[in-house]
Amino acid sequence: MGNSQKCDLCAKPATVHLTQIVNNQIHKLDLCEKCAAEKGVTDPNGFSLADLLVKSSDSSDKAGELLVCENCGFTQKDFKKTGRLGCPECYVYFAPLIDPVLRTMHKGDTHMGKVPEGAIERKVFHERIHHLEESLQASIKAERYEDAARLRDELLEVREAMAAKSISL
Amino acid sequence: MIIEPLLKARPEISGELSRKDTIVLTTRIRFARNLAEHPFPGWAKADQRKEVLSACLPSILGLSQMKSGLSAEVDDLSELEKQILIERHLISRELMEMKGGAGFVISKDQSNVVMINEEDHLRMQVLLPGFHFRKVMNAINVLDSKVEKCLEYAFSPKLGYLTACPTNLGTGMRASAMMHLPALVMSNQMEKVIRAVNQLGIAVRGLFGEGSDASGSIFQISNQTTLGESEAEIIKRLTSVLNTIIEQEFNARETLLETEPTKLFDKIGRAFALLQNSYLITSSETMNHLSLVRLGVDMGMISEEIRSSVDQLFIDCQPGHIQYLADNKIEPNERDIFRAAYLRSRFENLTKPEFIFKK
Ligand SMILES: [Zn+2]
Ligand SMILES: [Zn+2]
Repeated sequence: MGNSQKCDLCAKPATVHLTQIVNNQIHKLDLCEKCAAEKGVTDPNGFSLADLLVKSSDSSDKAGELLVCENCGFTQKDFKKTGRLGCPECYVYFAPLIDPVLRTMHKGDTHMGKVPEGAIERKVFHERIHHLEESLQASIKAERYEDAARLRDELLEVREAMAAKSISL
Repeated sequence: MIIEPLLKARPEISGELSRKDTIVLTTRIRFARNLAEHPFPGWAKADQRKEVLSACLPSILGLSQMKSGLSAEVDDLSELEKQILIERHLISRELMEMKGGAGFVISKDQSNVVMINEEDHLRMQVLLPGFHFRKVMNAINVLDSKVEKCLEYAFSPKLGYLTACPTNLGTGMRASAMMHLPALVMSNQMEKVIRAVNQLGIAVRGLFGEGSDASGSIFQISNQTTLGESEAEIIKRLTSVLNTIIEQEFNARETLLETEPTKLFDKIGRAFALLQNSYLITSSETMNHLSLVRLGVDMGMISEEIRSSVDQLFIDCQPGHIQYLADNKIEPNERDIFRAAYLRSRFENLTKPEFIFKK
């Protein structure tokens, strides 16, 4: 067992070694058992390279320019403390902080995997219904009853199609 | 005990083991998913987490996969129950530490697990014994697509599934195999292997024990990155790494048998004798001896018949399980005594290992 390497965080002998190659650049991290455990590296479910990357983003925040998520109130300080975000919207507000490190953390910065078809389909249906309902109200108001009847039929068809695909409202 | 049905269930006897299944103990894939417009569990208030729990539970309990499964809230579990579920890798430590609104559903056969309000709103996992990424991938994909029909996921076309931690962005997928690699450990090659696979974006962790001291020579090997590649590409990369490690383990066994048979036989023989004759034995010592006995079974030195009971002992000899087997009537410092007695009874009537030197 070689223990020549030192922990990147506290300089004790390192026993946990992480390496990633991204864009032909090697990113290496050597940690001692204690630091690895603290950072959740040895916990299969809590591993978070982000916690470590937060440390490296220290230099980027100048006073007075701290980011905040307007949706959930999560702050840049909270992110530094936890390495995690507050809500899905945070990704919009913290983009300047996160986007630059994504390529270091991952194989790329764009999603290439599964897409939730159901959710997208549901969104399309909901928008369609919303639009039809608005038009229907408008045509009733304007006493365009032929249009209203047509829209009502269309609305019924869309609802039937949704039921057939077992999409709920 | 709420989790009693899980513990009473006997594991199904799996069919014929392939050569690779002796090294890959289990295959697991987990997907991290979150609900749109809800704060992540770590930032949410307890009542917001409870809201998410009640939004998710009906959909998950309604899945055919979860028929007659077990569902509970973490707050309703005793400390011992929590420990047992963690030792079985059914539930994570992080879920157990969440205060308020954390829950889970485990399928009857324990292959499907959905955790609610862990680091992410949903952590879904499928776990099967042996080396079966295709099967596990199909199963988790079906599970996810069904859940997705009922719940609105947080998803961005650019970043994929949005997760509490940026390290899980994109696919939100962690695919892993639990591998038993005693010969690589014995021949001091594990460090080299870890370094090599790390370079390919694959992480290696010890299973029992902490850090690099993987007691039981059992390692969890998984993808480190989740964004920028499809699920299939990640699995393909991981599978090819695992296949290489499997071959290296077999080679290391062959080499040990050819170059150091006495040392190998001595280790396996001693491990067997210790499990058969100890009166005080710690959990990590047990893991190491069981690992060697399992190696003996793999190499035909010990009867194949005891394979499944050795695998069961890996689970049953952990501290929480010992406490449970002793009806929770022993003090923590009496566990080593109870464990030794339990092992003696299990090994009492087993046929001794048989070692044959190659010419
Ligand atoms: Zn350290
Ligand atoms: Zn937010």
